[in-house]
Amino acid sequence: MGLKFPIFMDAQSTTPCDPRVVEAMLPYFTEKFGHPASRNHPFGWEAEGAVDAARAKIATLIGARDPKELVFTSGGTEAINLALKGVAEMYKEKGNHIVTTVIEQRASIDTFKRLERQGFQVTYVPVQPDGVIDVEEIRKALTDKTILISVMFANNEIGTIQDVAAIGKLAKEKGIIFHTDATQAVGKIPVDVEAMGIDLLSCTAHLIYGPKGVGALYVRRKGPRVRIAPMMDGGGHERGMRSGTLPVPLIVGFGKAAEISREVMAEEGARLAKLRDRLQDVILSSVEEAFLNGRPDRRLPQNLNISFAYVEGESVLMGLNKETALSSGSACTSSTLEPSYVIAALGASAELAHSSIRFSLHRFTTAEEVEYVGQRTIEVIKRLREMSPLYELAKEGVDIKTIKWKAD
Amino acid sequence: MAYSDKVVDHYNNPRNVGSFGKETPGVGTGLVGAPECGDVMKLQIRVNLETGVIEDAKFKTFGCGSAIASSSLATEWLKGKTIDEAAKIKNTDIVNELKLPPVKIHCSVLAEDAIKAALADYKEKHASVPSGAASK
Repeated sequence: MGLKFPIFMDAQSTTPCDPRVVEAMLPYFTEKFGHPASRNHPFGWEAEGAVDAARAKIATLIGARDPKELVFTSGGTEAINLALKGVAEMYKEKGNHIVTTVIEQRASIDTFKRLERQGFQVTYVPVQPDGVIDVEEIRKALTDKTILISVMFANNEIGTIQDVAAIGKLAKEKGIIFHTDATQAVGKIPVDVEAMGIDLLSCTAHLIYGPKGVGALYVRRKGPRVRIAPMMDGGGHERGMRSGTLPVPLIVGFGKAAEISREVMAEEGARLAKLRDRLQDVILSSVEEAFLNGRPDRRLPQNLNISFAYVEGESVLMGLNKETALSSGSACTSSTLEPSYVIAALGASAELAHSSIRFSLHRFTTAEEVEYVGQRTIEVIKRLREMSPLYELAKEGVDIKTIKWKAD
Repeated sequence: MAYSDKVVDHYNNPRNVGSFGKETPGVGTGLVGAPECGDVMKLQIRVNLETGVIEDAKFKTFGCGSAIASSSLATEWLKGKTIDEAAKIKNTDIVNELKLPPVKIHCSVLAEDAIKAALADYKEKHASVPSGAASK
């Protein structure tokens, strides 16, 4: 089988829809177009039934006791916004303190920044150099005013998986609500809201081979019953937590994607981890001063993140982007023009934050693609190092940290 | 972001990558930028001490594709110019030639800084060269 270009290895940004998902969705655009809140005719009943079935599949995937605990949203960002703002608003009489981490994704960080402007206090717990959050650091940050702990399940850049069950246990012990941004974890690794003591969980369809435009927030109903203030006012859909007509085709697709992910998770995870390990070996065995980011044994199976000293991330992507889609923590590839705050938070030098490349594999990645991308990456790094003044200085034995750089 | 054809061309076929020995007669070296900012350019000129004309130029750049292209273009333009003419190269010339988008203008600024630094280094090292030659 020949290679087909471009090769997609950026599956933590999004994934293609599984053809089975598209097939399940199609009838709901045309003949099964009813509004699920139309309670008085068959069109509505059919749509409501489809939504309920999808809800149940997602509930099963995350171990929720009751499908009613899931609130559909437009995606992960909205789910996170709803969880964080919803809890802040609902529990502000109880306290104004929130504990989170420095490696959360932008949807969380920017929501916290807004809450801070509104008078909430947010503690950002640091991360250890291996990408793992020390649960004791969270414990130490708690005060009698803490109303919420929010920690991502698995990181979007380095794939590091947190000890969510330990954080859930701590939250229960202290009677504090626990939210986890599980957008990267759900469907990829086992997630169980009951066993892990999760009160609120955000997830999205497009990272599990479902459609873009739909996500969900799990809101615990029992032990404790979590309440959130809605952000969207309207017809009172989703038990008043998120008004707006449900996008039935997208929800059906989300349900199908969840069902498939659950069925194939073990086998697919093992296959992708093996391919990922191969890619890692190919690159690290040929390129000196390439540094693996994130703890190797606590990573999403499809994730590989490497910082290549002396070369800048965007220039690496540019060398590959005609044939391979990857992502970088380089400032030049971010909308903020700042290098990756996740890699920087690991204690790496800012230069290495500019030099990180994320390879993320997916359901349709082949062994052939892995070999190709590995070899091409090696070539591009070699070529760029030959034109890197930093590499030249290092080869001359100059420690680049001792040079007084004249920054802009 | 899509790159202009000229940026892609300089990235794929960079002109004048390399280094001169820093103590080689007639060589001026500029090293600008900072690793933590994601851009470092080293730009060198080799000036004919008789004529004051830049006979050769070389660069090495750590940075994005636009930074590589800006410094590659700068070396092309420097060759054959006197050091006074070289001092007149402006970052906006580079922006126009490479069609750099606003977020990449700093790459051209850095390239202009690199030219200035290389010229200053040359002048400092060759202050004793008769002015008729060094500033023709």
